Amino acid sequence: MKVELTVNGKEITADVEDRMLLVHFLRDVADLTATNIGCETTSCGACTVLLDGESVKSCTVLAAQADGRSVTTLEGLASDTGEMHPVQKAFHEEHGLQCGFCTPGMVMALVSLLKENPSPTEAEVRNGLEGNICRCTGYHNIVRAALAAASTGVNK
Amino acid sequence: MIPPAFTYRRASSVDEALGLAAEYGDDAKYLAGGHSLLPLMKLRFASPAVLIDLGRLSELSYVRDEGTHVAIGALTRHHDVATSLLLLADIPLLAHTAEAVGDPQIRHRGTIGGSVAHGDAASDLPASLLALDASFVVRGPSGTRTIPAAEFFRGIFETAIEPGELLTEIQVPKPANPAAWSFQKFTKRAIDWAIVGCAVQGNAVALVNMGTTPLRATAVENALASGAPIADAAALAAEGTSAGSDIHASKAYREHLARVLVKRALEEAAARS
Repeated sequence: MKVELTVNGKEITADVEDRMLLVHFLRDVADLTATNIGCETTSCGACTVLLDGESVKSCTVLAAQADGRSVTTLEGLASDTGEMHPVQKAFHEEHGLQCGFCTPGMVMALVSLLKENPSPTEAEVRNGLEGNICRCTGYHNIVRAALAAASTGVNK
Repeated sequence: MIPPAFTYRRASSVDEALGLAAEYGDDAKYLAGGHSLLPLMKLRFASPAVLIDLGRLSELSYVRDEGTHVAIGALTRHHDVATSLLLLADIPLLAHTAEAVGDPQIRHRGTIGGSVAHGDAASDLPASLLALDASFVVRGPSGTRTIPAAEFFRGIFETAIEPGELLTEIQVPKPANPAAWSFQKFTKRAIDWAIVGCAVQGNAVALVNMGTTPLRATAVENALASGAPIADAAALAAEGTSAGSDIHASKAYREHLARVLVKRALEEAAARS
């Protein structure tokens, strides 16, 4: 079927299989490969992107379901001049990653979380990341990065 | 993992959805948020030839105060149930149960109607709706009917919804004492399905994953009604259940969990009320 998605502000039209998953659309059609494919079973959160501004697991959304809607991937977070999003900056400053595989999903999940709750407690950050698994178990610095990003007043 | 090939059709109204269901018959499945169905399709446990996407039916996404009850559109997402100020005030059990489903990403997509129509005994919301004596409104070719929760859940992934019918609304009576609630869920990881769960509203007790459907813990309720202390009533939690054994837990362990969780839930509900 023909779908038209706005990805990181750019309209992308393509003729895709009805069963194509959003994550495959992003990686293979839009050629945006920051979004990782991890478990493909809605468990790990590596493929988290924003659909109309809210976090979703793109392995469990059809491209057809996202037709006509707006998707933001990690590539779409930085400003036009290349300045990193506050959550990206905080991951950099706090060393919120080890191998980096879960990082795009973690960052997108946190951008969504901070939009809904701009000043979360540490417990709220940990609950808010229950859908994202870090295979290095490097959660402490990820949580520190989230709290640091929140303290900059992002999304307030 | 990719789902088996299917034809995607999108409904733009309830009437169109019913028309498409009539056109394709047993070959078609309704797609709401897709967070139960798409994983099943990836695993080849389901392979419908046609998916009828209900995702654009915004007319079925609402939480409405109807006086003695709250009406919830079937396409209302878990996130919207969990954050509804009306539900948090008048039926907190339901809002907090929705908050316990999956994770934030899943709650941004999954819908209350999808969860209910899926009929999985391991799901959280059906048990709470059973404890709350909710009713389910379905529309079909021959009109609309309302099914009480006690008659709705029939068996493994089986509900009282007939082929061609569509669940449109869930009606939940406001409990006399909204604060007397508790939802307990035992899982290995935060996002897992409950190994066993328990929903309490007042003296109504419902169990997650203790049989082929969500179940009322009738023996516990009867004991409470005749004045038994919580500990004695909770000891009866496994009576009348038919829990299975699987990789996560044996039947005996599930029965133990049911007794422990029912006791915790009744104590928490009593402390809140």
